[in-house]
Order: sequence, then C-alpha cells, then structure tokens
Amino acid sequence: MNRVKEGIRNFGWPRIIIGLFLLALFIAGPFFGVATDMSLNDVIVRFGMNSVLVLSMVPMIQSGCGLNFGIPVGLVAGLFGAVMSLEFRLTGTAGILVAFAIAIIVGAILGLAYGLLLNKVKGDEMIIATYVGYSIVFFMNLLWVALPFKNPSSVQGFKGQGLRVTISVQDYWFHQISDILAIKITNNFVIPIGMILFFALMSFLVWAFFKTKTGTAITAVGSNPDYARAAGINVDKMRVISVVLSTVLAAIGMIVYQQSFGFIQMFSAPLAFIFPSVAAILLGGASVNKASILNVVIGTLLFQGILTMTPSVINSAISIDVSEIIRIIVSNGMIVYALTRKAR
Amino acid sequence: MKQKSQSVMRFLTGSAVPILFITISVIAIPLSNYSGLYLAREIVTRLCRDSFLVLSLLIPVMAGMGINFGMTLGAMAGQIGLIFITDWGINGAFGLFMAALIGTPIAILLGYFGGIVLNRAKGREMITSMMLSYFVSGIYQFFMLYLCGNIIPIKSPKLLLSRGYGIRNAITLNVAGGFDKLIRIPIGKVYVPFGTILLIAAACIFIMWFRRTKLGQDMRAVGQDMGVADASGIKVEKTRIESIIISTMLACYGQIIYLQNIGTLNTYNGADQASLFAAASLLVGGATVSKATIPNAIIGTALFHLMFVVMPMAGKNLTGSAMLGEYFRMFISYGVVTIALVLHAWKRHKDKEMGRALLREISSENTGK
Repeated sequence: MNRVKEGIRNFGWPRIIIGLFLLALFIAGPFFGVATDMSLNDVIVRFGMNSVLVLSMVPMIQSGCGLNFGIPVGLVAGLFGAVMSLEFRLTGTAGILVAFAIAIIVGAILGLAYGLLLNKVKGDEMIIATYVGYSIVFFMNLLWVALPFKNPSSVQGFKGQGLRVTISVQDYWFHQISDILAIKITNNFVIPIGMILFFALMSFLVWAFFKTKTGTAITAVGSNPDYARAAGINVDKMRVISVVLSTVLAAIGMIVYQQSFGFIQMFSAPLAFIFPSVAAILLGGASVNKASILNVVIGTLLFQGILTMTPSVINSAISIDVSEIIRIIVSNGMIVYALTRKAR
Repeated sequence: MKQKSQSVMRFLTGSAVPILFITISVIAIPLSNYSGLYLAREIVTRLCRDSFLVLSLLIPVMAGMGINFGMTLGAMAGQIGLIFITDWGINGAFGLFMAALIGTPIAILLGYFGGIVLNRAKGREMITSMMLSYFVSGIYQFFMLYLCGNIIPIKSPKLLLSRGYGIRNAITLNVAGGFDKLIRIPIGKVYVPFGTILLIAAACIFIMWFRRTKLGQDMRAVGQDMGVADASGIKVEKTRIESIIISTMLACYGQIIYLQNIGTLNTYNGADQASLFAAASLLVGGATVSKATIPNAIIGTALFHLMFVVMPMAGKNLTGSAMLGEYFRMFISYGVVTIALVLHAWKRHKDKEMGRALLREISSENTGK
C-alpha cells in the first residue's frame, strides 16, 4: 500500500488526473462518432510537431535558469531561417537543410545575447524571460515589415512590401521530415516515422550532451550553484551554454513544426507557443529546476492528447465548445502549480 | 567625492528608464504632427482613465512582492460588477458605485486566493502572479460564457449571445462617462473631468494614509526583510495576503473607472492587457520593483500614454507604414518593462555581490589577526 502511495506521489496527481481524463476521452470518443484512428493520428502528428519545442525547455531548466518563457527568442530564429530558405527559392531537402542551418546560426547568436542577459538577472530569470520573449517578437515584427524580402509567395501581394501573416511552404519543403518512412495504417492513420525519428535523434543528442563533462557541469550548476563554483566550474559560462542550446533547439523545433503544418506563421504567432510549451513539460513531471527527456515525452503526449481530444469528443458530446477554456485552465493552472511547489 | 559620484550614478541608473522615454517622446512628438491642444486633451483623458489602475500596483511593491501582475484579477471583478448593473439598467455615477459594490467582495475573494498562491511562491511572485492572472482568466471566461444566463440570471437580451446564455464580447455600457460627466470644467480648451480626478485623489490620499498605519508599516517591514519582520512579531504571510487584497480591490475600482471612460466593455480580453500597460506606466515613471511612489505612478502614466498616442503616427509619417508604428509601440511597451526589470535585477545582484565582497574583506582581516 505504501509503495502504491509512493508511486502515486512520484508520478504526481496532476499527471494521473489528466491521464485518466485523456483515457476517458479516448474510450468515450467512438460513442460520439469520433474515429479513434483519426484521433490517434492527430495526437501523434501533434506530438511530432511540438516535441522538439518542449525538448528545448530541458537545458535551461537543468542549468537552473528556470522555465524558458523566452522561447520566442528561438522561435523567431526558426522563422528567420524558414523565410530565408524561401527567399533563396530552395525546395525539398536542400530547402529544409538551409532553413535549419540559418535558424541554428541565428538562434546561437540570439541565444548567446539572451544567455548573457539572463546571467545579469539571476533569480528573476522567468519574469524577465517572458518580457524578453514578447519584446523580441515585436522587434522582429518591425523587421518582417521592413526587410526587403522578394519572393512573391512570402511577400504581401497587394503592397509588395512586408511578409504575409501566413506563408505557405507547400511548394518548397512541405512534409520533408514528416513523409520520411511514413507508415500508413488506415486511411486516417499515418504514422509520421520521420518526425518521431527526428525527435528521437534530438533527444539522443541532448541526452548524450548531458553525459559529457560540460553537460554534467551544467546539471551541477542547476542543482547547486555554490557547490559548482566551489568545484571550479565556471557557472556563468555553463548557464550561457544551456541558454544557447535551448534557443537553438527552439529554432529547430519551429521549422519541424512548420514543415508538418505547411505554413510559416509570422508576426505575433510565436507568442502562442510560450505557455503550451512550458505547460507541456511541467505536465510531464518536470519541476522548475529538474527535467528529463521522459518528462518531455509524457508531457507532450498528455498535453497534445488533451488538445486534440477535448474539441472533438466534448463538442460532439455536449455540443458546446469548452475546449479552449479547458486548454487555458489546464496549461496555465499547471504552470501556477509548478511555480508554487517548493524547489526540491 | 567617491560618495558623490556614486549618488550621481545611482540617480542615473534610477532614472534611466524615464530619461530614455522622455528622449523617445521628444523625438517622436514633432514627427507625429499632432497639435499641442490635441496632445493635452489626450493626456488629460488618459491620465483620468488609467492612473487609478496604476495606483493599484503601489501597495504590493511596498510589501516587497514586486509588481502585482495579478491585478488583472481585480479588473475581472470590476467587469463582473459592470455587467450586472448594465443588466439591471442602473445608470450614471450611482450605477458605477453599485458596480464597485458588487465587485468588492469578488475582488476580496480573488485577492485572498492570489495572496495564498503568492505566499507559496516566495522569490518568484511576479511570474507567478502573471500566470495566475492567465489561469483565473480561464475560469472567468467559463463563468461568462457558460454560467451567465444559465445559472446566474441575466435578463437583458442585449447582453446575451443569441444562443440564450453567455455574455456577448462587446458590450456598450450605459453608465459610460458616469464619473467623467459629474463635474466637467473646461480649462482653456481642454475639458477636465474633475469627478474622476477626485476619485484618483482619494486613492492617493488613501495610499498616503495607509502607509502611516500600523498595517502599512508592517508591510514596509515585510518588504525590507521577511526574516526580521517575522522575528519582530509581524505575521508575514497574513500581511502579504492583505497587501494583495488591497491591490486587487483598487484594481477593481480602477477598471470600473477605466471602462466608464472608454464606454464599451470588451468582455473576454479586456482585462488581459490592463496589467501590462499599468506595469509599464509605473516603471516608466521611474519606479523599481522594490520602490514605487505616487508621483512615479502619475508621471509614468502621463509619459507612457504620451508615447502611446504619438508613436503610431510618428512611425507612419517616418516610414509610410502604419503597421511599423503599431509594432514599434508594442515593442517599446514590452521593451520598457524588460529594461526596467533587468536594471533592477542587475542592481540588486550587484549590491549582493558588493555585500559579499565586504564580508570577505572583514573575515580575511579577522583571520589575518
């Protein structure tokens, strides 16, 4: 009995409740005419789209920089890589690789600046990160309008100046990762093996990185900065490395998202990714200063599961649309819950 | 000498944000081509509209809890009050007082809840209060969309969605201008709503009086050092909760004043940006996360809104694109809060380091003997 209690405590009540809720939705789905295979398909595709973004939370949490509310810093780098790739009119594999390359370079530069800034404000990282994220999105909005982009598929047609709000990648590198080795199970259910493999690769890289000397040092900084300093670790440097890593991962994640979604969403769109990404990793069992790859997988599956299933099942069951409100309450409630827990 | 240069430095870092802001405004005003009269009118309107909301942030700062981004909770309470009196058809200033009367218990309840949550998140109150406001916003939307008209009786079809329950998104308030029209006297060519100004003055006097009370002194002690305050017998957690309750209540009244000036209530996302603009105004006025005064609030509101009026037009005239001005304005609003928060955190970090260095010197001297 005690072991069961212990197990429940380790797994955490929020996860159990949300997990059971999700299970109930899956069981109830068919009774309300919601096709199970289609739901599964949606959950897995959304998992592939968002998992790298959620993964990008891990390095910063591990180094003690807290939850990365400044994820837009990486996302705008991803947007920049994507529109530049379109600007060169590259298609197919070359297109997406160039997008990745530019996004990684820009992400690293922005991440460096962001990391140096966060070192100046230890203890207040999260609130400042939130505002840095918002500021950079609006700053980039200025650039999206002002920079001389030329490709007609990304520039606003009637003015010929400034980028569109959504840019289609259909003719460029749509589904470049999703379609690799995609397995069709039923008509409605296609497993995008490519995206899952890509996430596995990224997770492996992050996991392997945290096994190296630098990676261990970062974890040490996160768990006890004073001890780390005493052990001769350069605390500030480790924190900057973790922030750069998080930002670059977010930039990569953005492009993975776009190639599956088929559109690049410009302007204020990155702001919509902040709280869902943060909430997902917390839902997976991470705390403000500890996170693992397993947290990413569980969290993204649960969160995207809720996001997919609530509109379809609940709307057909009681014919009112509470899904948006459930999403707001679950994601923000999860973040508040995590912030109020004592740091362990 | 050294002390003097240090105090100059302190003044410069302390007022870096206002100076930056004044510079931007001075450049932008001629670019916008607005007349002085127009600007004066706008500033008066916006000062009356927003100052009360900004004032609601002062007390948590005093209690050492930083900027209470959870003031949105109070704004929601105010909106609930306004919806009820609109449904009951009560007009004028009396209606607004009724709205405040309905909003007060809701604000106290929400403030109490907020205070408890923030007590569990010591050291990261600001981000927690911000997330809390988003969380409560979800519950508020549920209340407005599904409970109103269903369980909570709302009669007026003007308020309800066509499906029979749930509040419409945009509501025209028939109490619009209730306070503004009370005592409206033209000074030169600018109409000044003295009714609203009296209320703002009352809030200022309340805050000044409150600082001198026992509770106010306790709050200041808690803001200085929770450990010391606790040792001297102050109930730290209770004091912190009370500061949030007062702030939430003031924000409730502030939102009512704000909306009676605007005239239409944006039910679902009207409260969201209240805390951003209020926080930005306060910080522009030279307040920090640990020290904020009434002049900071008033001057900040005037400066921030001056920029807010001028910037889109200046951007349009400068670049020929209205979008650029709008984005620039948003960038500046968020950027100001960022810079002010960074400056403050950086300064605190530095003070701590200097304290540590001093301690190290003392201890090394001791061991040297």
